Amino acid sequence: MKKPIFILAFIFFAAFMFMAAIDMRPFGEPARSEMDDYFIENAQVQASSNNVVTSIVFDYRGFDTLGEGTVLFTAVIGIVALFREVAK
Amino acid sequence: MIGEMSRIVRTMTNIIFGFIVVFGFYVIAHGHLSPGGGFQGGAIVASAFALLLVTYGTEVIQQYIAKDLLSVIESTGLILFGSFGFLGISATYFYNIVANSGGLFGSPTVIGVNPGDLNTSGTIALMNIAVGLEVLAALGVIVLTMSAAAEIIQNKEKS
Amino acid sequence: MIGNFPFVAVIMLIALGMYSLMFKKNLIKIAIGLTLLEGGVNLFLITLGYRKGGVAPIYTMAPEGVKMVLPTPQALCLTSIVIGVATTALVLSIAMILYKQYGTIETDEIRRLRG
Repeated sequence: MKKPIFILAFIFFAAFMFMAAIDMRPFGEPARSEMDDYFIENAQVQASSNNVVTSIVFDYRGFDTLGEGTVLFTAVIGIVALFREVAK
Repeated sequence: MIGEMSRIVRTMTNIIFGFIVVFGFYVIAHGHLSPGGGFQGGAIVASAFALLLVTYGTEVIQQYIAKDLLSVIESTGLILFGSFGFLGISATYFYNIVANSGGLFGSPTVIGVNPGDLNTSGTIALMNIAVGLEVLAALGVIVLTMSAAAEIIQNKEKS
Repeated sequence: MIGNFPFVAVIMLIALGMYSLMFKKNLIKIAIGLTLLEGGVNLFLITLGYRKGGVAPIYTMAPEGVKMVLPTPQALCLTSIVIGVATTALVLSIAMILYKQYGTIETDEIRRLRG
């Protein structure tokens, strides 16, 4: 009973996404790149690191990485707590 | 997960395991010079744990790798990462104050294209090591816990 | 000349993941769909940051005088990958617990057993 509605919704979803992909701006030309140009120019001076991606992850956006480590830690705590009953 | 695999697989695992672990720590330590970093290197070391687990079975491996020790390493990595952020608290949290100051990881880097010097980039290298420890321990705990639980569930089903 | 084909590849990945989320009843297949969806989103982020003819943003032994691709989407994608691994591990653990409790991982059978 629900299946025709699901199929219709899926076809509409896929078709609209496909049209959006065709109409996207051309591949290989980012619209705005001022921030990234700043990072590429200044990462070696300010963070003293050759790898620009690492200097963004650990220096410019350090709080992001802190939250990421917390998410990983919480997932491990959740898995250990889930299997505590099984091990008994 | 039942028992251990054939002799060919065991011999290849014994040869390859050390290389995988060394390569993982290489990726962690060179995170500020080459593609990679703490997360990727930790995942490589954890994949070595998964290889051991597949080859030898859960019961043998649990005698050699202590899950509690891995948990302690994981917490230590996260705490170290947070406290390295406090090094630059005089400016802001996560300010890279060790860079260009001389000393450990502090020598200034050459501007522009260069062959790379391991002793640069200040707190970034220290944070790479801390995050690498955390990720390898976290993924190791996940793999060990899930395989042990799978073993228990399988045994219960059989009996 | 590849035109907009990378975006079409992203849409194909996302549509496959969405299909398996909507029509499959097996919990393992749902987890596979989640992973496909996540891979599509990561590929979309990386694709948005590509600059024509660029190299990876690393100065060690880089070729001279070549533009570099945008580094910020790559950093965000790194975050996204690690969080995806944690989520997938949790989903698979819950599937294992359900299998232990009910003896099956088909969602409609679990619902029928529940009554």
